[in-house]
Amino acid sequence: MKRLASSVVVALLLTVFSAPAWSDNGDTLKAIKERGYMMVGVNGDLFGFGKADQKGVWQGLDVDTARAVAVAVFGDLNDRIRWVPLTAKTRFTALQSKEIDVLTRNATQTLTRDTALGLNFVQVNYYDGQGFMVPKALGVSSASELAGATVCVLPGTTTEQNAADYFRSNDMEWNTVTIESTAELAQAFYAGRCDVMTSDASQLAGLRASAPNPGDYMILPEIISKEPLAPAVRHGDDQWMDIVNFSVLAMINAEELGITSENVDEMLSSKNPKIQRFLGVSPGNGEALGLDEKFAYNIIKQVGNYGEVFERNVGVNTPLGLERGLNALWTNGGLMYSPPFK
Amino acid sequence: MNTMESSREIRPPSNNVGVVGWLKHNLFNGVFNSIITLVVLAVLIRVVPQFIQWAFIDAVWFTSGKECHEASGACWSVVTKNIRFNIFGYYPYDQQWRPLLAMLLLVGMLAYSRDWKRWNKKLGYGWLLALFVMGVLMKGGLFGLEPVETTKWSGLPLTLLLSFFGIAASYPLGVLLALGRQSDMIIIRSLSVVYIEMIRGVPLITLLFMSSVMFPLFLPEGVTIDKVLRAQAAIILFTAAYIAEVVRGGLQAMDKGQYEAAESMGLNYYQTMRLIILPQALKIVIPPTVGILISAFKDTSLVVIIALYDILNTTKSILNTPEWTGFSTEAYIFIAIVYYLCCFSMSQYSRRIEK
Repeated sequence: MKRLASSVVVALLLTVFSAPAWSDNGDTLKAIKERGYMMVGVNGDLFGFGKADQKGVWQGLDVDTARAVAVAVFGDLNDRIRWVPLTAKTRFTALQSKEIDVLTRNATQTLTRDTALGLNFVQVNYYDGQGFMVPKALGVSSASELAGATVCVLPGTTTEQNAADYFRSNDMEWNTVTIESTAELAQAFYAGRCDVMTSDASQLAGLRASAPNPGDYMILPEIISKEPLAPAVRHGDDQWMDIVNFSVLAMINAEELGITSENVDEMLSSKNPKIQRFLGVSPGNGEALGLDEKFAYNIIKQVGNYGEVFERNVGVNTPLGLERGLNALWTNGGLMYSPPFK
Repeated sequence: MNTMESSREIRPPSNNVGVVGWLKHNLFNGVFNSIITLVVLAVLIRVVPQFIQWAFIDAVWFTSGKECHEASGACWSVVTKNIRFNIFGYYPYDQQWRPLLAMLLLVGMLAYSRDWKRWNKKLGYGWLLALFVMGVLMKGGLFGLEPVETTKWSGLPLTLLLSFFGIAASYPLGVLLALGRQSDMIIIRSLSVVYIEMIRGVPLITLLFMSSVMFPLFLPEGVTIDKVLRAQAAIILFTAAYIAEVVRGGLQAMDKGQYEAAESMGLNYYQTMRLIILPQALKIVIPPTVGILISAFKDTSLVVIIALYDILNTTKSILNTPEWTGFSTEAYIFIAIVYYLCCFSMSQYSRRIEK
C-alpha cells in the first residue's frame, strides 16, 4: 500500500511538472509549428521593453518584436507565445539549450556574442547608448566636467566597464557606488548618495521620470557607448534567422512605406508595386521565407509598424518619453533602414 | 478569622507591588539596567511617533503613483494597487482564483494536521487527494480547467510551492542520508559523506545556477526539464544535506543502551530504527530542524537570480515600473510581513508538533 502511495506521489509530481519535450532537428520553424507556440526569452523587469503589466499581460518593444515573429509564423496571436523571463546571466544559455526559440531581451550585439557564444543577432530593434544623469544643482553641463565624481552604477555590467573606460581614457578620478537593482540604484541617486548616475540612455529617461522632482535632473549630452539591442537566435538555422530578421524589418519597411495598422486594409488595394509585393498582394516573399504570403500584412495589422510600436511602448507619450533619435527612419536622420522586400 | 485579618494588614511595601513594583523589578533593576532602560526609552520616543506619522497618519492607501509622490507619508498604494500581480505574478488574471484556492487548501490541510494525534492513514490519503487537487488547480488541463504552464507560476503560490515541496521532500531524504552516514556499509557511508560535504560546501546560489544554466546544456538534444522543477530539485538537494547533519546529531545523542536494548529484543536494523531510534532521535532534533526549514523557506527567495518570479521578485518587478519606482520601503515592508507571518506560523507549528 505504501509503495502504491509513493508511486502515486511520484506520478503526480511528474504529470504536474513534466515539460513539453520535443525533438528539434535544426528545423526551428517546423518544431514551433508542430508545438503550436513559440518560446521567447524576455527581460521581465525592463519597463518599455519587456515587462508584464498589473494584469500579467506582457508589454514592451521587445515583447512586440517577438509578437511580430509569432504573427509571421502563425498568422494570429491566440496563445502563440510562451514568455520566459530571463536574467542577464541566464539569457544566452537559455537560447543555446533550446529552452527558447528567440531571445528578445535588450541584448547588445557584440562580436564575441555573435561568434563565440554561437548566437546570430538580427536587425537591431533599438539603438541605445550609455549616458549620464546629474542633478541640475551640480552645475555640470558635460560629462568631461565629472572629474572626481561619485557615480552610481549597476555592478558587473558592461555599463560599469564602459564608465570605467570613459573615466580612465579621459584621465579623470572617480568613485563608484554599486547597487544590484536599478530601482534601488535610482533611489540612492535621488537621495544624494552619488553625484552622477550612469546607465543606458533609455533607462535614464525612465528613471528620471520616476524621480520625486524630474525637473531637478538632467541627462548629459554625451553618449559613451554603442548599444545596438537586437533579437538573437541560435547559430545553425538560417531559415529561422531569416524569418526573425524579416519580421523585424517588415515593421520598419511598413513605416517607410507609410503603412500603419489602421490603413493596412486600404493599402491592400494600393497600386504601388512595392506595397503590393510587401503585403503579399503580388506573391513571392512569403514563399521565399517559408511563410504565409500575408505574413507582413498580419504583422502590421496585429502588431503595427515600427513607429507605432515605438510610440506605444517607449515614445514621448509614455512614462519613458524617449525621442526617436537614432531609432528614427533613415529618411529622418535615424538608423532604421530596411532592405527592399522583393 | 482573626489571624486572617492581621495577616492582611501586613502588606508588602508599596514599591514592590503593582505597576511600580513591576517597573522596578523589570526595568529599573539596578543602576546599569536603569541606564539601558532610559536610553531605549529615549530612542523609542524619537523613533516611534515619527514612524506612526509616516506609516499611518500621513500615509496614502489607494492612490496612483503620481499622488504618492506628493504625499509626505508612506505610499501603501504600491501594495494595494499591485496586490494581485504581487501575489500571483504572471498567472492568468482571470484564473487567479485557482492558485488562491490551492493555497487555501494547503493552509487548511496544514492547519488540520497540526495535531499529530490526527495523523493516520486516512489523513495520508487526504493529503494525496489534496495534493492532486492542488496540482490540477495550478496546472489545469483537466475537468475543463484551462491549462497554465509552469512558466506562469509565480508570486506567493510559487514561494509556497518551492518551500512546501522543498521541505516535504528534503526531510525524508535528509533522514536517509543521516542513516547512511552512520551505516556500517562503507560504500553507502562514503557516498553519504561525500554528498553531504559537497552540498554543504557550496552556496545555494551555486546549485541554482548549476541547475538553471549548466544542467540544460548536458541534456540530450531537444530535451528540456521544467525550470521550476530544476530549481525545486536544487532546493531539495541542498536542504537535505543540512537536515542530514542535524538528524545525525540526534542519532548520536541516543544512549547506547537504546540500541542494545533493541538488539536484545531481537529487532533487526529496520525495526530498531523505525520503532526505537528514529522516533526518539527525530523528536530531540525538532528545534534545530525547524530552524533549517525556516531558513530553507527564506532561501527560496534566491530563485530571483534564475528569473523565477517568487513573491520577492514580483515585488521587484513592480518597483521597476516608473510609476512605482522609489516606493521600495513600503513594498518591502509588506513582503517582510508576509515572510514573518509564514516563518512565525512555522515555528508555532513545530512547537505544537513537539508536544
